[in-house]
Amino acid sequence: MARIANARSSPRRGSLARREELAFYLFASPWLIGFIIWIAGPMVISLLLSFADYDIITPPSFSGLDNYVQLLTNDDLVWQSLKVTGLYSLGAIPLGLITAFVLALLMNQKVRGIAGFRTIYYMPAVIAGVPVALLWMWILNPDFGILNNALAFVGITGPKWLFSESWVIPAFVLMSLWTIGAPMIIYLAGLQGIPQHLYEAAELDGAGPWSKFTHVTIPMITPIIFFNAIIGVIGSFQIFTPAYVMTNGGPANASLFYGLYLYNNAFRYFKMGYASALAWLMFFIILALSLLVVRSSPYWVYYEGGRGDGGI
Amino acid sequence: MATDVSTAPATGVVRLLGRKSVRHSVQIGVSAVIIAIGAIVTLIPLAWMLSTSVKSNGEVFLVPIRWIPSKIVLSTYVQATQTIPFLIYAVNSAHITLLVVIGTVVSSSLVAFAFARLRARGRDLMFLALLSTMMLPAEVTLVPTYLIFKALGWVDTYNPLIVPSYFADAFSVFLLRQFYMTIPLELDDAAKIDGSGYTGIYWRIILPLSKPALATVAIFAFFNSWNSFEGPLIYLNTMTKYTIPVGLNFFLTEHGSTPWNQMMAASVMAMIPCLIVFFFAQRTFIQGTVLTGLKG
Repeated sequence: MARIANARSSPRRGSLARREELAFYLFASPWLIGFIIWIAGPMVISLLLSFADYDIITPPSFSGLDNYVQLLTNDDLVWQSLKVTGLYSLGAIPLGLITAFVLALLMNQKVRGIAGFRTIYYMPAVIAGVPVALLWMWILNPDFGILNNALAFVGITGPKWLFSESWVIPAFVLMSLWTIGAPMIIYLAGLQGIPQHLYEAAELDGAGPWSKFTHVTIPMITPIIFFNAIIGVIGSFQIFTPAYVMTNGGPANASLFYGLYLYNNAFRYFKMGYASALAWLMFFIILALSLLVVRSSPYWVYYEGGRGDGGI
Repeated sequence: MATDVSTAPATGVVRLLGRKSVRHSVQIGVSAVIIAIGAIVTLIPLAWMLSTSVKSNGEVFLVPIRWIPSKIVLSTYVQATQTIPFLIYAVNSAHITLLVVIGTVVSSSLVAFAFARLRARGRDLMFLALLSTMMLPAEVTLVPTYLIFKALGWVDTYNPLIVPSYFADAFSVFLLRQFYMTIPLELDDAAKIDGSGYTGIYWRIILPLSKPALATVAIFAFFNSWNSFEGPLIYLNTMTKYTIPVGLNFFLTEHGSTPWNQMMAASVMAMIPCLIVFFFAQRTFIQGTVLTGLKG
């Protein structure tokens, strides 16, 4: 009897595991199929296309490394768009990070009405896209916009912003600071998650407010800074809507963001192969920058429990 | 706080606490002032948008700025819906967004259930692949995806904007999986004893208990779809098929002199659904942001 039960239970358990595995594949099938159709397949096609010329009308023709040679050695606009994206990132990421972090620090002090303030700060983030781009075009309007009018009020003649080659990037950076509500909330949650006993222990060791900040708050919050930095870099490379709507890359390509240049190649000049090569260059730059941030993280990111392997 | 201090037995402690709390309340006061100034600065653009949207054509270009227009002109809102077929765009946007929200919630919740509850060989590897797709810039797949939709004859239809959402979204799967993992396994066992299969566990245990997480996913899908611009711009050619963002952009490009008051009115109308959803669901929304930002 016992033997029979044993003999029966073993294949049964096997079939149960198989049933579970089958169920896994059934439940996961939307993503599994989607992964092949929308991610893996297109990545392969994109890679192949990047070695070809394709204008949609005539069939693709293999062109070897031409696209890559062209974009690295013979296309000033690639470098211009990298410069624009880089300059914007250098301005927007650190400024956004510091502003969001300082705001979170201030809000973490049991100020009254915090929920209301949180709502206000977050609001611009939920109305992203074209309406925000239009609003900022109007704000930055050199003659009738509110910004230059406010500057005139304190006796400063404001620049031409979106119409000026040297002020268009600062204008985009300024606009990006309006939507720091989301990272601010993430920092705030991080600050609230720091165990109180760490501060108490620091106090027992005679730490003042400043050394509590530098020795407890900052180390505990670095993983979040790290996360936001990576997201920020990826985000800058993908900026499209504001650039397309507000300046379309102008004046004189001074706001030709990388994402916009890629779009133009694909859907305005119909250079599908070249656009694919641009996409792969972007992929490797993002990968390299992310790896740089990850690799450098042991020097500045503190993980509780000493684990240095903090993926996302 | 004050009563605590007054009932403290030793006067030295009282003095110490008192001085500390004075400094503390000054600090809080200064913070509150800075936060309030920041909040006003944040609100000024929105206030200005509202103010512009009810100005007459002449008053829009008045310097110095008049915050409260001499005459509030609500007809700009009506004009805006006539200059561009705003209502048609709104219906189009609503149509696409509704189907995207349904698709994202249904497919992502199924996939998340698989990753949270069902064991299979290679599952962890697949989950790693899913996580890494979150980091993959959409531009890499932009061109081939367009070519696929073109081959299917789907250009100038809503399919390219809707259909992908039925194949689960990595962020949503991640968020839901993290939530499902917090539901005790004992509940699954109890359901199994009652004769439920995996579908029963998913339907009767997991789904009813994860309404807040499902709401978060639905809200994020709503915002992403409602505000999305590049997709509709690439795929829609017929003007009557445009969504609100593409229509708003059309406003800008079609007019020599920009009717700023109408444009701000149309922008306000475009934002209203988002703001309504945000105010009703801000707790869910903010928690979702924190959850995805703090890596589970």
